[in-house]
Amino acid sequence: MINAKTTFQGYRRENGRVGVRNHVIILPVDDLSNAAAEAVAHNVKGAMVIPHPYGRLQFGADLELHFRTLIGAGSNPNVAAVVVICIEEQWAKRVVDGIAKTGKPVTGFGIELHGDHDTILRASKVAKEYVQWASELQRTECPISDLWVSTKCGESDTTSGCGSNPTVGNAFDKLDPLGVTMVFGETTEITGGEHIVADRCATGEVRERFMFMFDRYQEVINRHKTNDLSDSQPTKGNIAGGLTTIEEKALGNIQKIGHKCKVIGVIDKAETPTGPGLWFMDSSSAAAEMVTLCAASGYVVHFFPTGQGNVIGNPILPVIKLTANPRTARTMGEHIDLDVSGLLQREKNMDQCGDELIEVMLRTCNGRLTCAEALGHREFVMTRLYESA
Amino acid sequence: MIHFLVHDKKDTVGVIVVEGVKAGQELTGWLMEDDSTVKLKALNDIPIGHKLATKPIGKGDTVIKYGFDIGKAVAEIKLGEHAHVHNIKTKRW
Repeated sequence: MINAKTTFQGYRRENGRVGVRNHVIILPVDDLSNAAAEAVAHNVKGAMVIPHPYGRLQFGADLELHFRTLIGAGSNPNVAAVVVICIEEQWAKRVVDGIAKTGKPVTGFGIELHGDHDTILRASKVAKEYVQWASELQRTECPISDLWVSTKCGESDTTSGCGSNPTVGNAFDKLDPLGVTMVFGETTEITGGEHIVADRCATGEVRERFMFMFDRYQEVINRHKTNDLSDSQPTKGNIAGGLTTIEEKALGNIQKIGHKCKVIGVIDKAETPTGPGLWFMDSSSAAAEMVTLCAASGYVVHFFPTGQGNVIGNPILPVIKLTANPRTARTMGEHIDLDVSGLLQREKNMDQCGDELIEVMLRTCNGRLTCAEALGHREFVMTRLYESA
Repeated sequence: MIHFLVHDKKDTVGVIVVEGVKAGQELTGWLMEDDSTVKLKALNDIPIGHKLATKPIGKGDTVIKYGFDIGKAVAEIKLGEHAHVHNIKTKRW
């Protein structure tokens, strides 16, 4: 059992936050810079590139979210140092300046007036220094209250609501009193259970903010939908797994927030929470988008319950996958960090499974690679709000 | 052997949690709310994860799971019958 004295071995960063990984990342600001960034990561062993397809001619709130996501990813305490590459030097500087606020080493490079070759050469020299510097950083003993834990489920089926999601809820109820910072989201996948989340909000103000986010996302659905969304939400995988409606999916989904912990605040996509407790983040329900937003918000370890068997990972955020579906545990075992299918046969109770999940979490935080990390799953998917200009 | 789970006493559907349930099979269900068991005969072959009606559900009735509304029945669902997207639809969107 964990208590306030429980510790883990983490990397304490310059700003006091604690990471559980020690990545040096090569971060392109835009699609055009992926090639140079990939070349740098090829040149320097131990550096990790995070390619993505966006960053040109975005504007307004969508552009703000783009920068918030990149700066947040670079600022995440699982990252030791960052090399930023952008076609335009000015925008590289914007991302560098944002990440530099954490105090970690970060350098930016613009490709214009240099070309790929010169940029790759200059950036590789810096990346090599960063990798060697980071390799000497040591893990130190940190209190469990330094942990930031996120959750999002995927390829859900009815066993998610019976077993794997309430296991996360059980763990969250145990982590909450210890001062851990937690988050859930998936705004549209609360449809049908929004009254339950609203009732769990700690104050009237939080409740009002949650309902604002919920209603805002419903408007997006209503504006763009061409039918009742039964072709995409629930997904084909959800339906194959026995789910029928968004309401059923939502009621299973919100089992992840347990029974006791209150929602103490609401953040917009990729915003950083300001204190411990359970936060709601307005977010897409698409797995890689949501997990990427959690990484950008500063979370360092992630609980991902699955039913039919999602294979997701993230380059920055270790994703711990659990399932209560015995068929998934059998057929996709290499993706599953914790099998809680014993819950469905009363071989285990929820308290035991919650403890097992916390145990896996602590081992992961101490350095054990997740299935997704071992298999090389590095899905980094930025959320877009609308068309480019 | 538990063949299906029911979350809440108010629920009108349960979740099959074993593979290979066949029509006519006698099933044991676990009512999680009070830790009791119930017996029921399956009317169809039902895949793992899919639901069966644990109470008779009329066309137009609200379907209850977790003690809450998960949508409406668009056809009658007999006790023990496979309850899925062919007879349950969302009330949202």
